[in-house]
This record gives sequence, C-alpha cells and structure tokens, in this order.
Amino acid sequence: MTKRSTTHATFVIERDYAHAPAKVFAAYADPKKKARWFGGPDEWESAHSMDFRVGGKETSTGGPPGGVVHKMSGEYWDIVENERIVMSYEMHLGETRISVSLGTTEIRPSANGATLVYTEQGIYLDGYDDAAAREHGAGELLNQLEAFLNAEA
Amino acid sequence: MAFQALADPSRRAMVDRLAQGPATVSELAKPLAMSLPGVMQHLAVLEASGIVISEKVGRTRTCRIEAKALSQAERWIAERRALWERRLDRLGQFLDETKDD
Repeated sequence: MTKRSTTHATFVIERDYAHAPAKVFAAYADPKKKARWFGGPDEWESAHSMDFRVGGKETSTGGPPGGVVHKMSGEYWDIVENERIVMSYEMHLGETRISVSLGTTEIRPSANGATLVYTEQGIYLDGYDDAAAREHGAGELLNQLEAFLNAEA
Repeated sequence: MAFQALADPSRRAMVDRLAQGPATVSELAKPLAMSLPGVMQHLAVLEASGIVISEKVGRTRTCRIEAKALSQAERWIAERRALWERRLDRLGQFLDETKDD
C-alpha cells in the first residue's frame, strides 16, 4: 500500500561567471553545448534531446550502469534571449514519477560578466519514498537475513 | 543547515563518496586536493549539520552518512539541489574552457 505524500520546496542557486550573458545563454540554447554540462555524473550512461523554443520539449535519460534509470522530461514555457528561461519538468525514477518542478533561470550582466540565478519550485511526490525504498530493498532484505541468522545462532 | 553544508563542492564530493559506503578520513581526503586538517574542517561542518557521523576506533576515524538526519523527501531535495550545484559548477568550467563565439 502506497503512503501518499506531497512535499513542496523551493531552492535558489546563484553563480557569478566571468563571461558575458550571451555566452552563458548560448550554453543553454545550443544542444551540443548544453550536453557538455547538463547530464548526470560522468560515469552515467545517458541520452539527451532538446528543442529550444517556447513549447519545445527536452528529455534526459540516464543512470549508473546497471542501476535505476533517471528520466527527466520537460517543456520550455518562456525564453527571453540572453535573459531568462522558464521550463517545467517531471522526474521519473524507474517507472515512478517522483517530482514535478518549475525551473527559472535568470541571467543578468554583472561587473565581472554575468550573474545566473536558478530557482526551482518543486513538488516531491510519495513516489520518491516508494522508489527509494525499492532501491534500498535488496540491502534491507540481506540485513533481515543477517538478523535472522544472528538470532538463530 | 543541510543545504548550507552541501553548498560547498568539496563537501558534496565527500557526501557523494560516503553515499557509496563508510570511509576513513584519509580515504575521503585522497581524491580531494586538500590537506587532512582541511578535510577535518569540512567534516566538522557535515557533522554539525547531522548529515555525517564519524567514530574513532583506535587511530582511525570512520565516517558515514546519517540517513535519519533527513526525511527521504528532504534528502531528495538536498540531492536535487546538489545536482544543480554540480551542473552549474560544470557550466562554469565549460565557459572557462571555451572561447567566445
């Protein structure tokens, strides 16, 4: 039986880059450039596709070799060249939808180059607890077996 | 507190390593270009946040993730934030490595 839960959260990350806003924006707008920094950890097997226009879709699928597949699928809602990108996306862990988020990227000129502010407003669904429990399931089973054997001894 | 503890790339690297299983302080220090005292300082921040606990047995200090410190949803959000922090660090590296168009 699935225990239903919803958790809302917002986080904000700010970065200063010693590069012009147009160059930072291009790293989001050009699929070849975005693939260089957007994926999961280097050792992950992953695939990425994007259609950078309002109404366009983006998907990213990957995961540790032999592990659970993480799938992101999103849509662009607002694009202002060199200034702003608004997209929403959902995340699946295996078959389970674990979150739906609204992500806003704002780019502003700064003395140094550009300031980037990323704000994510998300809803994290009960599925995460389920999916995490599944990932830990095998380990849990072995722990129980060990406890059982210890009790028997 | 957890978010703050994870805002630093060295501490995120340490947490990433510990997510794979317990490790000694010198094992944590190895992949980081950092002195042992530096690693101990980061460890103190992680311990204060409750994310990591450590235990000294003989001369060896072993560290591990304290899963109970965060609910699963909190852990997920902290992971999501850490993922974006890493992405934006990589974006910075990518920008530094490429010439202006």
